[in-house]
Amino acid sequence: MAAAAAGAGAGAAQEKQFPPALLSFFIYNPRFGPREGEEENKILFYHPNEVEKNEKIRNVGLCEAIVQFTRTFSPSKPAKSLHTQKNRQFFNEPEENFWMVMVVRNPIIEKQSKDGKPIVEYQEEELLLFNGTFLRAMEDGGVKLLKERLEKFFHRYLQTLHLQSCDLLDIFGGISFFPLDKMTYLKIQSFINRMEESLSIVKYTAFLYNDQLIWSGLEQDDMRILYKYLTTSLFPRHIEPELAGRDSPIRAEMPGNLQHYGRFLTGPLNLNDPEAKCRFPKIFVNTDDTYEALHLIVYKAMSAAVCFMIDASVQPTLDFCRRLDSIVGPQLTVLASDICEQFNINKRMSGSEKEPQFKFIYFNHMNLAEKSTIHMRKTPSVSLTSVHPDLMKILGDINSDFTRVDEDEEVIVKAMSDYWVVGKKSDQRELYVILNQKNANLIEVNEEVKKLCATQFNNIFFLD
Amino acid sequence: MGEEDYYLELCDRPVHFEKANPVNCVFFDEANKQVFAVRSGGATGVVVKGPDDRNPISFRMEDKGEVKCIKFSLENKILAVQRTSKTVDFSNFIPDSSQLEYTQECKTKNANILGFCWTSSTEIVFITDQGIEFYQVLPEKRSLKLLKSQNINVNWYMYCPEGAVILLSTTVLGNVLQPFYFRAGTMSKLPKFEIELPAVPKSVKLNLSERDIAMATIYGQLYVLFLRHHSRTSNSTGAEVVLYHLPREGACKKMHILKLNRTGKFALNVVDNLVVVHHQDTETSVIFDIKLRGEFDGTVTFHHPVLPARSIQPYQIPMAGPAPVTSQSPVPCKLYSSSWIVFQPDIIISASQGYLWNLQVKLQPIVNLLPDKGRLMDFLLQRKECKMVILSVCSQMLSESDRATLPVIATVFDKLNHEYKKYLDAEQSYTTALEAGQSRSSPLLKRPARTQAVIDQSDMYTHVLSVFTEKKDMSHKFVIAVLMEYIRSLNQFQITVQHYLHELVIKTLVQHNLFYMLHQFLQYHVLSDSKPLACLLLSLESFYPPAHQLSLDMLKRLSTANDEIVEVLLSKHQVLAALRFIRGIGGHDNISARKFLDAAKQTEDNMLFYTIFRFFEQRNQRLRGNPNFTPGEHCEEHVAFFKQVFGDQALMRPTTF
Repeated sequence: MAAAAAGAGAGAAQEKQFPPALLSFFIYNPRFGPREGEEENKILFYHPNEVEKNEKIRNVGLCEAIVQFTRTFSPSKPAKSLHTQKNRQFFNEPEENFWMVMVVRNPIIEKQSKDGKPIVEYQEEELLLFNGTFLRAMEDGGVKLLKERLEKFFHRYLQTLHLQSCDLLDIFGGISFFPLDKMTYLKIQSFINRMEESLSIVKYTAFLYNDQLIWSGLEQDDMRILYKYLTTSLFPRHIEPELAGRDSPIRAEMPGNLQHYGRFLTGPLNLNDPEAKCRFPKIFVNTDDTYEALHLIVYKAMSAAVCFMIDASVQPTLDFCRRLDSIVGPQLTVLASDICEQFNINKRMSGSEKEPQFKFIYFNHMNLAEKSTIHMRKTPSVSLTSVHPDLMKILGDINSDFTRVDEDEEVIVKAMSDYWVVGKKSDQRELYVILNQKNANLIEVNEEVKKLCATQFNNIFFLD
Repeated sequence: MGEEDYYLELCDRPVHFEKANPVNCVFFDEANKQVFAVRSGGATGVVVKGPDDRNPISFRMEDKGEVKCIKFSLENKILAVQRTSKTVDFSNFIPDSSQLEYTQECKTKNANILGFCWTSSTEIVFITDQGIEFYQVLPEKRSLKLLKSQNINVNWYMYCPEGAVILLSTTVLGNVLQPFYFRAGTMSKLPKFEIELPAVPKSVKLNLSERDIAMATIYGQLYVLFLRHHSRTSNSTGAEVVLYHLPREGACKKMHILKLNRTGKFALNVVDNLVVVHHQDTETSVIFDIKLRGEFDGTVTFHHPVLPARSIQPYQIPMAGPAPVTSQSPVPCKLYSSSWIVFQPDIIISASQGYLWNLQVKLQPIVNLLPDKGRLMDFLLQRKECKMVILSVCSQMLSESDRATLPVIATVFDKLNHEYKKYLDAEQSYTTALEAGQSRSSPLLKRPARTQAVIDQSDMYTHVLSVFTEKKDMSHKFVIAVLMEYIRSLNQFQITVQHYLHELVIKTLVQHNLFYMLHQFLQYHVLSDSKPLACLLLSLESFYPPAHQLSLDMLKRLSTANDEIVEVLLSKHQVLAALRFIRGIGGHDNISARKFLDAAKQTEDNMLFYTIFRFFEQRNQRLRGNPNFTPGEHCEEHVAFFKQVFGDQALMRPTTF
């Protein structure tokens, strides 16, 4: 990343560049210490923790003041962010009187302009997923418990935050769906229904392949957060041991058992160990209405991962885990190889093996579906894109233009050298295309994009 | 034992005849299934009753001695009567022909006639102890012509009219069987075969009795059934029935062994392709289905009874007939009586009581006797009258109290659809052949018969699924799982899913607010595109806004619904989008200007109205060389509005050349 940044923009060569970075992040509630001398009580969480107490109080106070001040101009919509020469602050009030503030250092060359805002929101959502609402935590165990939970959550979460590699995909926070033929999809449906029937305590199920979603029993909003957690946090943590060949997937099973590749990503590591702990992460879904607490069981065989969510009031036992392993393991192994085989057949038939000619990012707000041919590999720490970061910034800018209006629109930008960037918005869909054609003019670029739409998006209603 | 427990019954309209007694002899003809009651050698009358014709044939004939055998030729044209061991007498029953008897003596010297069989309306076979003689009867000449004969020592014979095969028992032991096949004036000798006797016989005498052999057609194939009794020397657990397949060409082959697991007196019937074995000692019967999976040892398949042994359902003899009306209380019939005689395939005769019954299988009781649903389906799908029973099994396995697990439900659906697909394929190749110009009358081209085992989507929808989804107490998870399982099964057999099934899925999902699930199904095209489905989605928009996008996508993919797309967009006041769309597909020269101007005006967006108005002015210019609207377009109101808002000078001027 550093190398790529250093090579950017010839005009800025003398300036030293810094990637955007998180300076501080804190959560406070002004109601908790309204009187002078008690200000410290307002602070529920502060990162970095090493900061001197008075500075913490000062920063919180400043934010409070800004919010109060801006409220006078717009009582219903107080300020969301404040941009200063050196940094940018984002304010978010997820629940009444609970404020989350994030301070991000600006890159010297203004680059990462809009991306911060959604990230704060995801943070809040993911917090919600794993911890429930602030108020609920307060009811459970007062401020002390709330502080403990925040500490625990953000300690880990902030490590997964990599501001320098955020781009358009992080703004969308979309879900990548695994392309699949109808028959294989129906087989997966059948598998899920059978599993839910035999493991009757399972309330919801989600199915992923190659880190892409195939089925969600959760509602879309909850799935979006869970998807982000799985793909940016849980799965990457388990890739390393797989690659290293540790905890060899084929286990020597007890005689009579079918060999299979299934294993738990959350919960017990070794089912043969009678002392194995069956502790699963707790998540909170449907927080708006029913507010359900669930245990999250993630089980994986080869590239297929299933999330089983069971009511938090039921504590899964080792026996249950063994049963799950013996039922799900063999079937999921077979299914995973079916999917793989079918996927390869489809790929060969559509001939999409070869490098896609077009570089584009597609996002549909309706189902959160995203697709990118720009990202070679998206990991939490590195976003490996095949285009120049400056082009990515243009994409971000076009997107922020789109968010301002409801109408369909189209933006065509001539970037440096021979690059053209096209942004299209049709109903709830957005498409960004990057073209590189020598001496192309506007009409030719328009034609190219039409061609792309005709080949890639002919099965949806996408106006050109 | 309740009535719901018996799976075999006697038909309720038996053939009633005068029971056998010293002056009344009773004969049964297997070819025509007729019972002959011959009183005093025919002098006081012969009454012939068949199962189908309710009008008995009665006639008298001269008493020329004891009748040994009496049979009509096919279609009741000629009557043959055997009274001596050397001759058979004939008389014509053809209208306007001589009824004088004529006689044929067997050709072989010193031979005794064991019996005779009609193989057509004018062809007859004499079986003697020294061979068989095949004759053609010439009724108008009142004589017979020998077509073919064959010398062979015969112990006994057996005739199967369905297969037109006569089986002769030869050799001293009697266990070498020689089949002959008859067709249209020809007699062909099939390869002989040997029946393996249960134990090496102690003495050289006839060891195979005709009582232990039967012939029947099972699943379209002719089989010789051999009842092999339990032998004390071997350690087998009981008697068994051995099935030899007798093909038209090639050698007879031992194929199946039915394990009876008991000993005693048995009788065989074949009903609806099932082998029924009656056991007199226990007064029960068992059934076997050779199509059900058995244990194959490399050469033969071993079968066990499909169901536990049960008696034939108790039967009351109706006291019908000329008896006084007062004493008409029905009398229970003695089942498994020693006076019963069984004939193939499904006939039971009680000569002492004067009844002929057809044996029948009742399917409904079997449903509860066969807990394995997969096996039950395999069994039912082979039966003639299976449709309603199968559908009731499907309903039952989805009911709250008797619910089957999803894998079982999936198995049942797969079995049904396998059968359904076979029929669809046969239909398809029939249609293709017709289109390819084969004539309808060609013998090779036969419209495939639709048996009751073909359970199609509308059957399932009407009798099972629509009822099931209406049930209030059903968990929606289960309902959706079942519907998806049925759709999965149809897809697996590459059967096009009907849209009413998709509608059922959508209805269920919508009822339970599972819109996101619906969205995902549509995303993976599980619910196939169709105009009705797209319209259904449109109607859901107020509950679930993304349904609008889903619907438009679907209309777009259909590619025959462009008008609908325009209407949808206009109704959403997306006039510009509608216009761009229609221009994109090149249909903008034919659209109604008035419709678009109306929609534009409704938006109360003057700039939009201007744009649309200008577009049509340009179109007019391009098409007609003049920007003005023609009176036929009915746009006067819009022109006036345009002038009022933008002024006269804003109107496009005709280009002058």
